[in-house]
Amino acid sequence: MSMEQRLVRTFVELADTLVREFDFVDLLHTLAERSVELLDADAAGIILADQRGQLQVVASTTQEAHILELFAVQVSEGPCVDCYNSGEIVANVRLDEAADRWPNFTPAAAEAGFRSTHAVPLRLRDQVLGVVNLFCSRQATLSERDIAVGQALADVASIGLLQERAMLQGELLAEQLQTALNSRIRIEQAKGVFAERAGVEIDQAFTMMRQFSRQTSRRLSDVATGVIEGTIDINEMQPH
Amino acid sequence: MSQSRVNKILATVMSQDASTSTLPELLCQACADALPVSGVGMGLMTDSGHEGAIAATDGPARLMEDLQFTLGEGPCLDASREGRPVLQPDLARTAPRRWPVFGPAVLEAGIAAIFAFPLQVGWIRLGVLDIYRDTAGNLDDDELAQALAFADAAVVILVHLQSQVGAGQGMHPQLTDTAGNRPEIHQATGMVSVQALVGLTEAFLLLRAHSFSAERSILDVARDVVARRLRFPAEGGRHG
Repeated sequence: MSMEQRLVRTFVELADTLVREFDFVDLLHTLAERSVELLDADAAGIILADQRGQLQVVASTTQEAHILELFAVQVSEGPCVDCYNSGEIVANVRLDEAADRWPNFTPAAAEAGFRSTHAVPLRLRDQVLGVVNLFCSRQATLSERDIAVGQALADVASIGLLQERAMLQGELLAEQLQTALNSRIRIEQAKGVFAERAGVEIDQAFTMMRQFSRQTSRRLSDVATGVIEGTIDINEMQPH
Repeated sequence: MSQSRVNKILATVMSQDASTSTLPELLCQACADALPVSGVGMGLMTDSGHEGAIAATDGPARLMEDLQFTLGEGPCLDASREGRPVLQPDLARTAPRRWPVFGPAVLEAGIAAIFAFPLQVGWIRLGVLDIYRDTAGNLDDDELAQALAFADAAVVILVHLQSQVGAGQGMHPQLTDTAGNRPEIHQATGMVSVQALVGLTEAFLLLRAHSFSAERSILDVARDVVARRLRFPAEGGRHG
C-alpha cells in the first residue's frame, strides 16, 4: 500500500472513531499505533499532562517495562518535557548526540535499544495537552512532509478531546482530562482481571479487549466495566 | 513535583494533634486553610452510594454533605459515579436544573460554588472531597492543581484507614505509592482480585499489606504479580 493509501485509511479510521461513541483512551491507542506505522518508528507512547502538572502515559504500543520506563523517566527532562514546554515538534533527535541535553533520559533510551526519538505536541488552540513520543531503533530521518503527517495525526486526536468535551455540554477540560486518567486506571485493572481469568499475558488481554470492543461496537470502557462486573463472558472474548 | 506537593500535605496533616480530630478532619481543615475557599467536606462513598460524611469544616460543609446523603443527588454523587471532578463555579446558574432538590437547598445554605473531586483508584471508590465557596468563581490553574493534590492525599489517607497495617504504625512513606500512576499496580490489583476471590479494593489492600510486611515497594510487588512470580491465593481452602 502506498503512503497516500495508508494515510487515507488512517484518517478514515480516526474519523470513524470520532463519529461513533468512543473512548479517549482507545483513540489514543489507535493514534500511537498509526503514528508508529506511518512515521516508521518502533515504539510510541502518548503522554497527557494532568492538572497536577504531571505528565502521564495514557497509551503506548508496548507494555514492555523497560520501554514504559522511558516515558516515566521523563519527569524533568527528555523530548516529552521539551515538546510539552515549547509546544513545538521535536524531530529526528540522535540519542548519541543528546547526552548533554538529557543526561538521564539519553542513556536509558540507548539502553532500551533506541537510537533516535521524536516528540509531537497534542495541541488545542494555544494549550498543549500532551505529547506523542516516538522511538526508533535506527537513526530516523523524517522529512518535512513526514513531520506534517505526524502533527496532523496528533491534531485529529486533539480534536477528539475537544469533540468529546463538546458532547458533554458544559463540562470543563479539567474534568475531561481527569476522567481520561481515571478511565485508564480502570482499563489497567480490567486487563489484570481478564489476564488472570483467561490465563493470558497482560498485553494479550488488552488486545483481546480492544478487538472485542470493535467487533461489538462497544466502548472500550464499557468492555472494561463488563469484565470487572462479570457481565461479559470471558469465553465470548477469546478468538474463535 | 506534584508528588512532593502531596507528601507535603500528608506531612502537615500527620504532624497535627490527632487526639481530638481524625485524619480526614485534619485534611479538610488543611485544605480549607490552603485554598481561598469557604469550607471543605469529605463524604465516604462505596459502590452502593453515599455512606455519609466523614469530615467537614465548620459552617455549611456538614450540611452540604448531609443534603447529598439524604437527597441522593448532588455534585459529590455525580463525581463518584462518573469518576470525574465536578466543577461548579456558579451554582445559582447551574444547580437548580442539574439537581432539582439539592440545588435550591444548597443555594439556600449560602453555598455559591462547589468543586467535587472523586477519591478513586480506577474502580476503587473511596470517597469524595467537596470544596465549596460562598461566592461564585472558578479555581485558577494553581488552585486546581492544589485541590487535586489534596484529593490525592485524601486517597492515601482513606486507603490507610481501611488497611490492616495497624493503627499504631503510622503512615509509611511508601503509602504515597497508592496515588501512583504506574500501570503494573493496577494490573496486579485486577489479577489479585481474581486469585484471592476478593473485590478490587481488598485486592489493592492485600498488595499494600504485602508490600509493607515484605518492606518492598508496591511497584516491585505488583511487577512480580504481573510476571506471575507471586500469587495471592484465596483463603479458606477455596481454589486459587
